[in-house]
Amino acid sequence: MPAATAPSATIELTYREAVREAIRDALKRDPRVFLMGEDVGRYGGCYAVSKGLLAEFGPERIRDTPLSESGFTGAGIGAAIAGMRPIVEVMTVNFSLLALDQILNTAATVRHMSGNQFGVPLVIRMATGAGRQLAAQHSHSLEGWYAHIPGIKVLAPATLEDARGMLWTALEDPDPVLIFEHIMLYNMSGKLAADAGPVGIDKAAVRRAGRDISLITYGGSLWKTIEAASALAAENIDAEVIDLRSLRPLDDATIMASVTKTRRAVIVDEGWRSGSLAAEICTRIVEQAFFDLDAPIGRVCSEEVPIPYPRHLEEAALPQTPKIVAAAKAALGRA
Amino acid sequence: MNRTDDRPHLTRAHSLELLKQMIRISRFEDKCAELYTQEKIRGFLHLYDGEEAVAVGVIPVLEQRDRVVAAYREHGHALVRGMSMKAALAEMYGKREGCSGGRGGSMHLFDRATNFYGGNAIVGGGLPLAIGLALADRMRGEKRVTACFFGEGAAAEGEFHESMNLAALWSLPVLFVCENNLYAMGTALAISESETDIHAKAACYRLASEAVDGMDVVAVEAAARRAVHAVRETVKPYFLECRTYRFRAHSMFDAQLYRDKAEVEAWRKKGPIVRFQGWLEQNKMIHPEDVARIEAEVAAELAEAVAFAEAGTWEPVEQLTRYTYAETAN
Repeated sequence: MPAATAPSATIELTYREAVREAIRDALKRDPRVFLMGEDVGRYGGCYAVSKGLLAEFGPERIRDTPLSESGFTGAGIGAAIAGMRPIVEVMTVNFSLLALDQILNTAATVRHMSGNQFGVPLVIRMATGAGRQLAAQHSHSLEGWYAHIPGIKVLAPATLEDARGMLWTALEDPDPVLIFEHIMLYNMSGKLAADAGPVGIDKAAVRRAGRDISLITYGGSLWKTIEAASALAAENIDAEVIDLRSLRPLDDATIMASVTKTRRAVIVDEGWRSGSLAAEICTRIVEQAFFDLDAPIGRVCSEEVPIPYPRHLEEAALPQTPKIVAAAKAALGRA
Repeated sequence: MNRTDDRPHLTRAHSLELLKQMIRISRFEDKCAELYTQEKIRGFLHLYDGEEAVAVGVIPVLEQRDRVVAAYREHGHALVRGMSMKAALAEMYGKREGCSGGRGGSMHLFDRATNFYGGNAIVGGGLPLAIGLALADRMRGEKRVTACFFGEGAAAEGEFHESMNLAALWSLPVLFVCENNLYAMGTALAISESETDIHAKAACYRLASEAVDGMDVVAVEAAARRAVHAVRETVKPYFLECRTYRFRAHSMFDAQLYRDKAEVEAWRKKGPIVRFQGWLEQNKMIHPEDVARIEAEVAAELAEAVAFAEAGTWEPVEQLTRYTYAETAN
C-alpha cells in the first residue's frame, strides 16, 4: 500500500469506550443533550458504558431513573418535543418492550399525526443480542421489529468508528433514532483515529470487497461474517461483506449493487428467521434484482427458540461462522 | 402573588365567559354528533358532554406559555385552549385545513400555536409525555406549567404510576387533571380498582392532591387556580381529581349496556351548564337575553366552522407518506 500522506494519530480503545466518548462529546457539544436511563449514573451503566460520566456532568445530565421504561422513554419523547436532545438508555432490548407503547404509539407517530407540527429528536440506545449466557429474557435481537416501524430510524453500529460516530449524527436528526449496541461488541478493542467524529447514518458499508457472493449482515454478526469471508477465501471463494449499519431505512442501492455484481447472496441476521429483517432484505433482492441472481438467497438466522442458558445450546441457537460458510458454499453449489 | 388572588373573581363578565365556553363546547359537540350520523365525521368520536366544567375551569387559568396534554376526549380542551372551531372541525372532517392537517381526526387534535400536544388515544400514554415536557422546562429553568388531562381509567395503567413517581421524584411542574367520569369505556370504577379514590393514589407518591366537584365550574376554577399557582411557585406537581360524569355514550359505537338510564338522567340534572346557568339566573347575574346572545354567537361560530370544514380540501394521495419523517434532514 502507498504510504498515507498524513497518518493521523490513532488511539486504542474498546467499543464501550467509543460509545462513552460519543456520549461525552455530545454532552460537551450541546447543552440540550442529557443521558437518562436505569443505572446510567451511580452504577456506571449496566454495561459500564456511562462509567465516569456522572462525576463529569452531574446528576441532572446523567440522570438515573426508576425501573419505569415506559415512563422515562416517554419523558425523553416529551423533553425532545420541548427542544431538548435526550439520549435514553434502555438496559436491554427485552426491557424496551415495556416502552414499546411510547416508542411506537408516540415517538413514531407524532410528526405525521400532528401534521408536522411536532417532531421527536430523541435517541434511544439499547443493548441487544446474545452470547453471554443471559438466557431467554436478556438475549434477544429485536431490532428487526423496530425496523418495521415507519417514523423511526434504526441503527446498528458494528465498528468502533460507528460506535463513536453514529450518536452525534443521530442526535442531529429531527426524528427518533434507535441505536442497537450488540453486547458482544462492548469489549471489542481496536484502533480508532484520535480525531474520529460523526459519521453518516444513511448508507450501508462494504466491509470486504469480493466478487463471488454477497454476505449481508449488521451488528454483532458482522465479525462472524468477516471471519466466514476469510475462511471462504482460503477455499478460493471471494466474498463481499455488506454491513447494513442502518436497518431503517435500508440502503437498497448498496445491497443491489453488490448482489448484481456477485449474483449470489446470504443474509446473516441474529433475529429469528420468521418475519425477520433477513426476510425483508431477501424480499427486496427478489423484487429488485431477481434476474441478476444465479442461486436462491440463503439466510443464517437464530433458531426459532427462546435463547437458552447453557453455552452449547446458546451457541447452537445463534448464527455462527461455520453456518455462514456452509450457507455461502451452498449458494455457490459447493456444499 | 397573594393567596386570595387564587380565588375566581365571579364578575358578570367572567361568569358569562365561563358559561359561554361551556355552551360553546356543548353546541360544537351536538353538531359533531349530527355530522357523525351524516357520515361527515368518521372513526371514533368521543363526546365531552357533561364534563365541560373541567376544561373550562382549568385551561383559562393557564398562561400562553404553559403546555396542555390531553387524551382522546379532547375537543373541549382544544377549543378552550384557543384552537378555532374551524380548525377542530376541519380536522374531524379529515380535511387538510384541520389543526393536524387532517391526519389525526377527533382523537388527535394538535396545535403548536397554543402548545397543545394532542390528542393521545392510548389511555395513560400522555402522562409520560407531560413528564418530559415538564422535565425540559425544569432543566432550562423555564417557569411553565404542563397541564395533563386524562380519565380515571388511566389510573389502572402502569404509565400513570410511573409518571406520578417521576413527577414527584424529579419535582416537575405538572398539573395532573384526572377527569373521573366513573367509567372506563363501559367498566365502572368500582369493578376495576381496589382503591376508587383516585386522588389518594397520587398522594401516595407524595403529590399535593385534591378532589373537586367536577360538575361545578366555579369549584373547578378555584381549585385550578390554587393548583396552577402552587405548581408555578413550588415547581412541584399537583394532582386535581375532578369528579364528573359523561352523559353520552363512550363513543358513537357504544350501546351503554353497562349503566341505567336513570343514573344518566340523575346526573344530567346536575350537569355543569344547567347548574351554573341556573345559579346565575337565580342570583340575577345574567338575563335571558345574555343566554340568547351567547347561543347566537356560538351558532354563528359553528355555522362558520361547518362551512369551513365543508369547503376544506383533501390532502392529495401523493402526499400520503409526507411527514413520516422530517423533510429537511440536518
